[in-house]
Formats: sequence, C-alpha cells, structure tokens
Amino acid sequence: MISLTSPVETRAHGWPAWLKLGGLCLASTGLLLTDSPALHLAAAGTTLALYAAPGAVFLRAGLRALRVALPFVAVLLAWHLLTGDAARGVIITLRMVTLIALANLVTMTTGLSEMVDLVRRLTAPLRRMGLPTHLLETAIPLVIRFTPVLIARAERLAEAWRARSVRRPGWRLMLPLMLGALDDADHVGEALRARGGPLGTTARD
Amino acid sequence: MERNIAQIALFAAMVAALGVVPPITLGFGVPISAQSMGAMLAGAVLGARAGAAAMGLFLLLVALGLPLLSGGRGGLGVFVSPTAGFALGFLPAAFVTGLVVEHIRLRSAGLRAALGAVIGGIAVLYVFGATGLSMVADKPLSEAFMLAAVFIPGDLLKAAVTGMLVQAVARIRPQTLGWYRVNAGSLRP
Repeated sequence: MISLTSPVETRAHGWPAWLKLGGLCLASTGLLLTDSPALHLAAAGTTLALYAAPGAVFLRAGLRALRVALPFVAVLLAWHLLTGDAARGVIITLRMVTLIALANLVTMTTGLSEMVDLVRRLTAPLRRMGLPTHLLETAIPLVIRFTPVLIARAERLAEAWRARSVRRPGWRLMLPLMLGALDDADHVGEALRARGGPLGTTARD
Repeated sequence: MERNIAQIALFAAMVAALGVVPPITLGFGVPISAQSMGAMLAGAVLGARAGAAAMGLFLLLVALGLPLLSGGRGGLGVFVSPTAGFALGFLPAAFVTGLVVEHIRLRSAGLRAALGAVIGGIAVLYVFGATGLSMVADKPLSEAFMLAAVFIPGDLLKAAVTGMLVQAVARIRPQTLGWYRVNAGSLRP
C-alpha cells in the first residue's frame, strides 16, 4: 500500500509524536483564532520553509499531498471574487491550506507504529475506566492486512466480469465483495477464538 | 464477540477498498466516491453500534496516516480540510442507518436498509458535511448545503443500491443481519 509518510528521513522523524501533535494543535488553534493577514502570511511562509528544509524530494512529496485541496482553493477564491470580498477570501484560503499543510507535515514525519503507540498511551485512561480499548490492537492490524486483500479481490471480480461481458461491472460486484468480506470475518473470528482471542488478552491483563 | 471484532475490521477494510475500486462512477466527470455507500452498508448490515465502530476504526486509521480515503487521501490533514465533515460524518451516518434499520417496522429488509441509508447515509451525513464545509470555508450553512447538494442524486442512487444489496444479503445470509433475524422471528405466528 502507498504510504503518506515522507520518502526521505528528516530530523523531525526523531521527535516524539506527542510533541509534534501538541504543536500542531497549538498552531491550528492559533490560526483559527486570528484574522490578521500578516500572521497568516507569516504562518504560511513558515510552513513552506518547514517543507523546503529537508530538501527538494520532501517538498515535492508534500506539495503532491496538498494537491487534493486545489479544487476547493479555486472554488473559494472564485466565490469570494464574485461576492466582491477578495481580501477575506485570500485569508480564508490561506488559513485552510496552511492548516492542511501543517497537519500533513505531522503525518509525513511520523511512522504508523509511533502513531499506534501514541493512541495506546492516549487511550490508557479510558482502558482504566473499563472501556475495551485493547480491542483496537487486534482490529487495527486486521484492517491493515485485509484492505489490500479486498482490493485485490475486487480487481479479480472486475476482471472476471470483463471476461464475460462488454458492459461495465458497476455496483453488481459489491454483493460478492461484501459476502466475501463477511465470510472472511467468520473465518477470522474463529481463528481469533482458537488462539485465545482478543478477549483472552483481557483475562491476562 | 471475536466474530463481531472481525466483522467490524473487515467492514472498515471494505470501505477502504471501495475508495480504491469504486463500483459506481457517474457519467458527468465527477467520480462519485463509493465510500459513503460503505458507511450505509456498515450501518445496515452490522447494525448501529458495530457499524459505527467500523467507521470509527476506519477514521482512526485515516488519522494515523493511512491513505484509505478515496483518491488516496489520509493523514491528519483530512480532518481540517473542507471535506472533514463528510469524513467524520461517516460514523454518525452508519450509526443512524443502523438505528433506523433496527427500529423501523417494515417487512422488506431491502426497504428498511434503503430508508435507513437515506436518513443516516444522506440526511445525517450532509448535516455533518455541510457544517464542516461552512466552518472551514467560513460560509453560511445554507450556502454550504447548496454546494454539497450536487452530490445528492448520486447518493440517492447509493441508497437504492444499499437497499438491493441488503435485500440480497437477507436472502443469502440472513444470519448476518442481527436485526432482521430477530424481527423475522417475531413476525412468525
């Protein structure tokens, strides 16, 4: 599976995840509270500098991740031009892009295992309150493992359809895909139970 | 219990797969993401609590940095982007779809699911989606609704497909639909 983490190792990869996440929360809150154009320009400039610091490869990957926001940038700017409030439109757009870029920065420089670790630590108080947060540790790897399996199966179903029909498969493939997933769930459920299951871990905890 | 966790995880994975291999693409240029259909299906097939859990798990993995949203989007940036409300809305959408399906009194499982999908997967989802859009774009809620309304025809189609799929599941694997089995039992003399 494609990963959203950075193609190059940066210095920020070594920083603790909670520090990056905390910084992101502070910066985002600050940006949402201010309407000053100077502050927003400074924030956007700083963010761009952060993207540029690790080098051209990192900058390109970061800009590629931001591309999905482009249609919204266009719509927002056009909308504000039409309503004759261009200055405000620029600030809103700038804030939006900076917020997304900062959040992406944390995602790009923090590995999945660190994030999962952070979730485990953050949910620890909930677990002490009796919520079954440890089930996440079973569920997260299952999703990561089965997403490519289901994608491959959907592609196989589409191929089989195309071998038999000139029409496009469309939603008809959803039924076999979903039934397959439900069958998988039965098998995985049995396998989990046979191995002591996610409930078994609670008993040991 | 183990099976519930497996079903929740498998449905989260299925929603992710729907973002890569979309079964519905409407003709007018905009590829309609099938992932909101995944939210409808999760609620309608698994029920309110497990369906919401599946969507919560999916969103957690997106937040952790996996590119599971349609178009390969993912990471924390998703939750401050203009479509954040639609992504976060998957959870209540699946929950309300499940609630409707569990509590409405209709013979046909497909009709129940389609109705649940319209209420949960469209009405509830759009309330969250438009709220998010209006917050990020700093627009009044009414304008955000207008902007989002373009996608409602496609979503009605998805609700109809959800109904047909759940009807088929009720026929092929009725044991999967907890709400259907209970109700079918009570209908018998």
